[in-house]
Amino acid sequence: MSPSYQDLIAAAREVIPEVEPADVASRVASGDGPLIIDVRETAEWDQGHLPGAVHIPRGFLESRIGGTAPDSDQEILVSCASGQRSLLSAQTLHHMGFTNVTNLAGGFARWKQNNHPVEVPRILSAAQRSRYSRHILIPEVGEEGQMKLLDSKALLIGAGGLGSPAAYYLAAAGIGTIGLVDDDDVDESNLQRQIIHTTDRVGMNKGESAKQAIAALNPEVQVNVHPFRVNRDNVLDLVSQYDIIVDGADNFPTRYLLADASLMTNTPLVHASILRFEGHASVFNPYDGPCYRCLFPEPPPPDLAPSCGEAGVLGVLCGVMGNIQATEAIKVLLGIGDTLSGRLLIYDALGMTFTELKVRRDPDCPSCGPNADLQLRDYEAWCAGVGSHDHAGASA
Amino acid sequence: MSTVKIPPVLRQAAGGERTVEAKGTNVGEVLSALCEAHPAIGKQILTSDGELHKFVNVYVNDEDARLMQWTDTPVGDDDTLLILPAMAGGQ
Repeated sequence: MSPSYQDLIAAAREVIPEVEPADVASRVASGDGPLIIDVRETAEWDQGHLPGAVHIPRGFLESRIGGTAPDSDQEILVSCASGQRSLLSAQTLHHMGFTNVTNLAGGFARWKQNNHPVEVPRILSAAQRSRYSRHILIPEVGEEGQMKLLDSKALLIGAGGLGSPAAYYLAAAGIGTIGLVDDDDVDESNLQRQIIHTTDRVGMNKGESAKQAIAALNPEVQVNVHPFRVNRDNVLDLVSQYDIIVDGADNFPTRYLLADASLMTNTPLVHASILRFEGHASVFNPYDGPCYRCLFPEPPPPDLAPSCGEAGVLGVLCGVMGNIQATEAIKVLLGIGDTLSGRLLIYDALGMTFTELKVRRDPDCPSCGPNADLQLRDYEAWCAGVGSHDHAGASA
Repeated sequence: MSTVKIPPVLRQAAGGERTVEAKGTNVGEVLSALCEAHPAIGKQILTSDGELHKFVNVYVNDEDARLMQWTDTPVGDDDTLLILPAMAGGQ
């Protein structure tokens, strides 16, 4: 006669010891817990599970256990809802050669009844799964990566040429919080390139205008409008609220200020700059690769560094460079791919060429070098002084 | 002859050219030939002592000349020099 379900359970009990929830809880609390495998279905797991447990639905146990527990002597505790499926699963592991397998007595139900701590996994809502489905399909992003983006906070300096496309795409990508620093108002002459603004919002603060566009695109994104200029009095407080800086500033004092603040707060900086048909882009990871001053120790004088307002800029170039920044920001936040850290990318739209230069860490860098005495300074005065002094003929 | 890539801010000084051919066996010689042919460039990138300003980066192919032998860095006919001042524009 074939064995009944009760027979199978009884046979499993012969070989698999049971452990009381209280014993497991005290071991987990002391950091000395076994590897806990939860074999319930996904819908059950999503309701909550033992802290630190690994989810392997029973149907995948045999195929996936090797990846989670490569050592057959490893202590494994199996859990399910009431202790029955986990008992049979534990027996399967025993058959597979795992020598130290136990079963959670009474399963997750008794664990919860006894008020032991429960971890509830975060999951994307149905609306989020739909909105971000093309991201979730990418193995390097997936649901976990999308949740990371939803938890991320990006600070954009400037909601202008670079900030417009960067903010738009970062918002579309589901970056949870976007800070927009800009004290300027939308002007008609901005609209040739600053695509996040609209004709009917001319005169509105750029951060406010961008906030409206983002709300229409992705209302889930929290937009913090900072309608002032970043300076040495507010920069550290501001930057420390965010995970990454996207630099779309239009002047050297702000760029050097951000570079130093990035180092002081250990916040990665995604750089881009634009003029006419040419754009530069790089990533500066604090103390893990070169910084902005390793690349450009000093700013050029004003006549060699005209702004877009003085020398012009191709509107489309802003889109390319701002989106390169958005791409790099997403990669940095997800920890995937090879970023532009250690490289300067130069895009020449007129020749349609991309050139890459190697950027090395400067061992004598006054900002990130071992002997650097890093403190925020009067960057306006420093940039003006360095430029005029050098250009008057000081030795290089 | 080496190829020198001219950044946007110096193109007017180079007669509107995006690249210029210049003779020389090292970085210093190539830049001297460039500044001789286009004196307006020299006014922008050289100090009154004829030294390169610190704000001017020069790359030989994709490497920073400062991290090699600076103006003594050898340059061949197939090499490309790139003059790179920082750009601040973002708006």
